[in-house]
Amino acid sequence: MSYIAKPKVSHPKLPKNKLGLTERDYEGSVSTLCAGCGHDSITSAIIQAVFELDIEPHRLAKISGIGCSSKTPTYFMSESHGFNSVHGRMPSVTTGANAANRDLMYVGVSGDGDSLSIGAGQFVHAIRRNLNMCYLIENNGVYGLTKGQFSASADIGSKPKKGLANQQEPIDAVSTALSLGATYIGRSFSGDKEQLVPLIKGAMLHKGFALLDIISPCVTFNDHEGSTKSYAHTRQFYHHVVDMDYIPPAKEIKADYEKGSAMPIKLHDGSKIVLRKVDKEYDPSSRAKAFKYLRERSNAGEIITGLLYVNEGRPEMHDLMGNVDTPLSKLSLDSLRPPDGELERILRGYR
Amino acid sequence: MAAVNDVVIKIATVNGTGSASANGLLRKAIFRMGVPVVGKNFFPSNIQGLPTWYEIRVTADGYQARSNRTDLMVAMNAQTYAKDMAEVTSGGWLVYDSTWPRSQLLDREDITVLGIPFSKLCNENFDGVRTRILMKNIAYVGAIAALLDLDLEVITQLLEETFGDKKHLVASNMEAIRIGYDYATENFPCPLEASVMAMDNTKDQVIMDGNTAAALGCVYAGATVGAWYPITPSTSLMDSFRSFCAKYRVDSETDKRTYAIIQAEDELAAIGMVLGASWMGARSFTPTSGPGISLMTEFIGLAYYAEIPAVIFNVQRTGPSTGMPTRTQQADILSCAYASHGDTKHILLFPANPAECFTTAVQSFDLAERLQTPVMVLSDLDIGMNDWMVPEFEWDDEYVPDRGKVLSADDLDQMDKFYRYLDSDGDGIPYRTLPGEHPKGSFFTRGSGHNKLGGYTEDGSEYQEVVDRLLLKWETARTLVPKPEIIYSKDNKAAILTVGSGNGGCKEALDRLASKNIGLNYCRVKAFPFGEEVKGFVEKHEVIYVVEQNRDAQLKTLLMLDIEANPDKLVSLLHYNGMPLNAGFVVDSVLKEMAKACAA
Repeated sequence: MSYIAKPKVSHPKLPKNKLGLTERDYEGSVSTLCAGCGHDSITSAIIQAVFELDIEPHRLAKISGIGCSSKTPTYFMSESHGFNSVHGRMPSVTTGANAANRDLMYVGVSGDGDSLSIGAGQFVHAIRRNLNMCYLIENNGVYGLTKGQFSASADIGSKPKKGLANQQEPIDAVSTALSLGATYIGRSFSGDKEQLVPLIKGAMLHKGFALLDIISPCVTFNDHEGSTKSYAHTRQFYHHVVDMDYIPPAKEIKADYEKGSAMPIKLHDGSKIVLRKVDKEYDPSSRAKAFKYLRERSNAGEIITGLLYVNEGRPEMHDLMGNVDTPLSKLSLDSLRPPDGELERILRGYR
Repeated sequence: MAAVNDVVIKIATVNGTGSASANGLLRKAIFRMGVPVVGKNFFPSNIQGLPTWYEIRVTADGYQARSNRTDLMVAMNAQTYAKDMAEVTSGGWLVYDSTWPRSQLLDREDITVLGIPFSKLCNENFDGVRTRILMKNIAYVGAIAALLDLDLEVITQLLEETFGDKKHLVASNMEAIRIGYDYATENFPCPLEASVMAMDNTKDQVIMDGNTAAALGCVYAGATVGAWYPITPSTSLMDSFRSFCAKYRVDSETDKRTYAIIQAEDELAAIGMVLGASWMGARSFTPTSGPGISLMTEFIGLAYYAEIPAVIFNVQRTGPSTGMPTRTQQADILSCAYASHGDTKHILLFPANPAECFTTAVQSFDLAERLQTPVMVLSDLDIGMNDWMVPEFEWDDEYVPDRGKVLSADDLDQMDKFYRYLDSDGDGIPYRTLPGEHPKGSFFTRGSGHNKLGGYTEDGSEYQEVVDRLLLKWETARTLVPKPEIIYSKDNKAAILTVGSGNGGCKEALDRLASKNIGLNYCRVKAFPFGEEVKGFVEKHEVIYVVEQNRDAQLKTLLMLDIEANPDKLVSLLHYNGMPLNAGFVVDSVLKEMAKACAA
């Protein structure tokens, strides 16, 4: 929500993608978040992902609710349509938009307050519908704009800057999504772009509900000693469990993968993702096993990251409803009406 | 007093016993005999076991409101015998199931009690508990047919239409009709003085409820996305939309649908979905009732400020809070007119009957897209769920929808740069683009402060420029919304002004007052903001009786707020007990107010 437009400076040597656009073309206005905010790193990961995926900016819609995270859609893709809605209601706006126009790519940006407190209802119901979207939670455990109250993702024992440690059970977005049947679930860290960019690419291309819970430290209100969402804490306790590579359509899988650890998955647009299991015990295709693993590690204080669950087979919202392939918003109104003279026949039934 | 083709039948039953189809059969039979009818349901907020009533007013004159008489009470529910007996108009009749005789029903000497042993007769003739209950309902239709001299051939034909090939059902239902009919004929002097005589006053008329008509309007308007959360009394609107769509919106070759009905998790989500879909350019709507509007208000404010079309049907019920969910009222006028925090105001459309629900539904999408703002259609339970006889509504196959100012890809090609909130035409309505259409069309939709270019702002004058333009748009809306219905009786200075479902009772009251040599003029507002016609009407009268169905005179308040109507000449006649308005209330109230004014 910056009102400082970023000057467009031409750098002739910047690399271009297939559309002839540079990464700069995918930027937005200057961020007004605090210096060092995790959210800005996520913004730049999004920019890299869409640049590398050759996405036409106007074919992507970015939607958000309210909060620091929800401000970020103005900081990337200034040539895309954006919708900064009301607090906790990004999922419903995205649901309606997608229902009307299934051809666009939908990226929803939310936060832990926006999705796990005020918007918890909409978050879980969008999952139930397997809405085809990329849903990012920029998770810092606090309310920044109102100066540091705990959010529902705060861990037990996590200390605020002032006052008493949190004693309430946190809501974990990943296990919630797992239990509700989201079809692509990942967790990452704003400070780990190498892991994050492929995860975002996969989430954007996945057909169905893709959730990324991204730990994104709040430098102003939750980056101190005793906080479990600080940079230091996250770096100390986070573990890659499943990493992934993104392979564009028509490209071969070339990298050498250790036997037994690689798991290639074909996405609907013909591209592939290859899961690299860091922990060979982990099974990202089983909800039950993923859930068990997640609980055990989380009880041990670990933050496990990577693409934790994926299921490319489940139909998304439109297919569940049996809708036509053409976006509903593109159908001519004439074609939607009963045939000429039909009203008279309908009314006969009411005599 | 009841007379031929002027009789009110009320049937008291227990809900969940299948009486609705029997009552429908009775109402249709009278209608098919060419005699106008009004059907009103008085039902509990409950699934099974509580008292429910259905009232059929037979009215040769074709009045649309309910009457405050009950000429023939069919008391089929022992729980309510006392209340039902008390309600019968002097000189009327009460039919009850005399399988178990009740001496207390004979207390009133001014009415005639007709005992018919329905249960006994049905037990003797039918097997199975459920069948016996259902047939008892049909049997009372038979008894009424005898008492009112209904045409049995018409009833047979209706049963044949209902059951089609299932001939055994036609036969068993006709047997039940016969049981009631024969018993009445053999034991009572049939027909009664108040009977039904075939006439030709239902030509080109249909009987429909407003929710069905509104749903049909949505189909004809080309709505594709309907999002909702179930709530009485609006639920049947989406149910009807679904059944019309199942018929007209499924591709015959691929079997795929050209509509999306989304049952949302709550009303907050339902309206969010409508806005998302409208943003993308689909015609989208949500049906709801008062509590739903309360939940939607934050998003309604966003739609107003960010200028996103939305169609909201509010089928009003009795508030406040949960109130009486199965009773009617017009008590959401103010909360809808100014829904949401901050300076907001919204277009309201007020259909008066199902025929207008159909046309208003189509119109609401045109206005929402033309004005890029939420449009609320304020119906109510009386219109939405009751059976109204209305003229067959017409549809012009040449209808061209108004999609408003939407720039096409070609338009954008010609443009240097697109800005979302510029008032290029001076009417307060900016141009919009649809996402995905063209690279130049992109803009950022936000509920936060924005300037005329669409950019974020915290600058006071930039902010004010936009909200001032919204006022200009409001004035444009004033010229586009439907004009009121105005009737002049003769040159005088007093008038009745009403809204929505107040129409039927008020028009009947005008006739009755005219018969007492009191000629009043009439204005029924059809929309908010009020146009020049309403303003002129209010100005030219000295006394205006404002008839509305709420406690707090909300319509009167709105007249004062929007067109600065002088409160000294607005006399409120308020009817808000949850029952539909009847002419008697209006007549009595007008006479009382006139007497008061004379005495003063």
